[in-house]
Amino acid sequence: MQAEGPPLLELRGVTKRFAGVTALSDIDFTLRTGELHGLVGENGAGKSTLMKIIAGMHPEYEGEMRLAGRPVRFRSPRDARDAGIGMVHQELSIVPELSVAENVLLGAQPVNRLGLVSWGAMQRQARVQLAALGIAVDPTVPAGSLPLGLQQMVELARVVLSGVRILILDEPTSALSPPEVERLFALLDRLRTSGTGVVFISHFLDDILRVSDTVTVFRNGRRIATAAAAKTGKPWLIEHMIGAGHERLEESYTAELALPPRPAAPAVLEACGLGVAGLFDDVSFRIHAGEVLGLYGFMGSGQLELARALSGKLPLERGTVRVDGTPARLRGGTPAAKRAGIAFVPESRRAMLFAPEPVTRNVTIALLERIHRILLRPAAERRIAEAQVRELGIRPARVDLPVGALSGGNQQKVALARWLAHLPRVLLLSEPTRGMDVGAKDDVVRIVRGLQAQGIAILVTSSEPETVLSLADRILVMRRGRVAREFADEPVGKDRLLAAA
Amino acid sequence: MSTPVTTVMPDRDPLWSRLRAQLRNLAPFATLIALVALFSSLSPSFATWGNLANILQQVSITAIIAVGLTFVILCAEIDLSVASVANATGILLAFLTVQDASVNIANLPLPGGLSIPLALAGCLMLGAVTAFGVTRIGIPSFIMTLAMLQIGNGIGALLVRGQIAYTVPDLVTTLGSGSIGPVPWIVVVASTVLLTGHLVLTYTRFGRYVYMVGGNREAAEHSGVGVRAIIGAAMLISAACSGLAGMLGVAYFGSAQQNQFDNYLLDAISAVVVGGTSLFGGQGGIGNTIIGLLVLGVLNNGLDHVRMDSFLKILIRGLVLLLALVINVYAQRLRSHARAAG
Repeated sequence: MQAEGPPLLELRGVTKRFAGVTALSDIDFTLRTGELHGLVGENGAGKSTLMKIIAGMHPEYEGEMRLAGRPVRFRSPRDARDAGIGMVHQELSIVPELSVAENVLLGAQPVNRLGLVSWGAMQRQARVQLAALGIAVDPTVPAGSLPLGLQQMVELARVVLSGVRILILDEPTSALSPPEVERLFALLDRLRTSGTGVVFISHFLDDILRVSDTVTVFRNGRRIATAAAAKTGKPWLIEHMIGAGHERLEESYTAELALPPRPAAPAVLEACGLGVAGLFDDVSFRIHAGEVLGLYGFMGSGQLELARALSGKLPLERGTVRVDGTPARLRGGTPAAKRAGIAFVPESRRAMLFAPEPVTRNVTIALLERIHRILLRPAAERRIAEAQVRELGIRPARVDLPVGALSGGNQQKVALARWLAHLPRVLLLSEPTRGMDVGAKDDVVRIVRGLQAQGIAILVTSSEPETVLSLADRILVMRRGRVAREFADEPVGKDRLLAAA
Repeated sequence: MSTPVTTVMPDRDPLWSRLRAQLRNLAPFATLIALVALFSSLSPSFATWGNLANILQQVSITAIIAVGLTFVILCAEIDLSVASVANATGILLAFLTVQDASVNIANLPLPGGLSIPLALAGCLMLGAVTAFGVTRIGIPSFIMTLAMLQIGNGIGALLVRGQIAYTVPDLVTTLGSGSIGPVPWIVVVASTVLLTGHLVLTYTRFGRYVYMVGGNREAAEHSGVGVRAIIGAAMLISAACSGLAGMLGVAYFGSAQQNQFDNYLLDAISAVVVGGTSLFGGQGGIGNTIIGLLVLGVLNNGLDHVRMDSFLKILIRGLVLLLALVINVYAQRLRSHARAAG
């Protein structure tokens, strides 16, 4: 990787603003021929934004980009592809119904003299090329029938075979099993030897340290540090990611937080051996009365899916769930979960709220049967909604407004209010403070503390360490679908969480 | 909390923005008024009490079908089998009733009015199959009810085998073709069904769930609403309404035969959509359907009064439906814009 001459890719002073908000400021970035460059940083640090600029997905930016010494400016992803830049996203874009061969050669199928697709030639080509990359897959099977890891290989093969000089991988290992990760790394090694420059974004610091030649750390839209991977280590990366030492921010991220001792209260929720193929497996835990359990993991570690499964939305394949000792029959979907006393507030407000409907209807939808079995009682609904609006400080304090007209933080409160007018036994909160300003976050913390005092069991799932740290009494860290570590009755900080995940 | 208060109306002029928000409801109503004014000025025979009774009678069968369809469309589903289920139910009713000796079908006559509950049970069974296919197997309602359209036609064809039956129980004959004073019974039945549908949608928990399921299915599910049960129930209601319309239709037409309801599928869907109920679910209601029925009824009837070429009439009806669809989609877009702004 000691290449002479101009680097493969060079960025100087790249700044990107979204509607006045600076997402990236003054970034310098260099990628050499045959170099594997790891990028780390927290969610929103700017890694993906920079990669999207390189891949032509954000044509508007300040600064300059040089490809093998030549200044370039991509107007579209197509421009970038034509220049030999390929990107594989976390969400796969293969066509599951088409065969592996069709996916690999998508848009470049060999044709015969009549201009028709030549199926035989296509399969031969695909077989040869997959083999050259060390991927053992039958090119005739539908791509969707393969395990996720192989699907990713197929997508990777397509990008590689389109003749890339620069390959960008965004979180390629988060959904992979350990042997699949090994296979991916072997493939990356081959690419490196063939002179391709690879940029590898990941939350998995061990993965980054294992394969990268160079690592760059991003924080708050800035490039904080770049170093040879061999000279760094996990503590170095974490320190730079969260800004410890002399760069400590005012919110002291490394501050240790003492988790309280386990409560003596009885268990409200008991989950035993929960599993859904490909998402999570062998997850067991208890939540006691008045306890907030935090479930932390990187995106794709399975914690969001686990919450969905407990809510009845996603069918559980293995394991049992008990609420106050009674088995919850979650096969009946969300109505069954509700009957068992489990309530869920999903991470997306759109999945929770009826935007054109007034606040009242959004608050009372989950408890209409408690007002009257058959009929609606608008006056009673209004009283309940008004009480919640007052209690939670929802602004503007009007129950007849369409909920879509409220701000994000207030919408989130309305979503919470739905379960507060009649308390469930177990409340599942997915990313309860995502995208909120500080004031709204404090409100959510206050609301959760209030619920805790009333003795219900609360599960907070998040991929943001701050969220679980600010809410939880006990924290489980999930890694690739399994519980990797439990933090209870001990000091914990963001660095420890990151190190465990 | 510190978040600034969001203003509700994105537009400067609150009146204009309120009118725009009501486009879905106002456009059909304005159309109705305009049509009535137009035909009244063109034909002296149009604006008479007798003709009003005509119009009401002409839309009654459609109205009964459209009530069930309103439930289905509010859930953001569709039922293409309504006319076929109506036809099959009407034929089943005649099949189970003693026919005149001249009618040559191998029927199973039952005493008295026993055929009525059996025919109703028949249409509910068809509805249950649809509900099962849509909610349990997961077949899109568009395709599932297309299959049921064919199945209903098949059942009807097998029962009458190309023949025509005439007799139905007295109760059905009265309700379908009799009248109390100047008011035809079928108008009374249609009004009752419309009113019941309205009350259920507006004042019951089930009705609220129908709107919520159509408005945001995922949110309804996350609120613990039994989405599949609600959609299944809407499918059953649709089948029951179609069955009722089918039975009364036999008396109204005076005979039970194959394909006699074929126009009613398009008419019923048109009535719901022209009335302004959203094809995307969650918006609209029986009030809209009533306006839609009247627009179509007035248009049909009025075009006859002004001696419109009956072939041109088909084209005009198509254009009116197209216009209604444009307004429907446009109104939906206004809503989503307002939502995005909010």
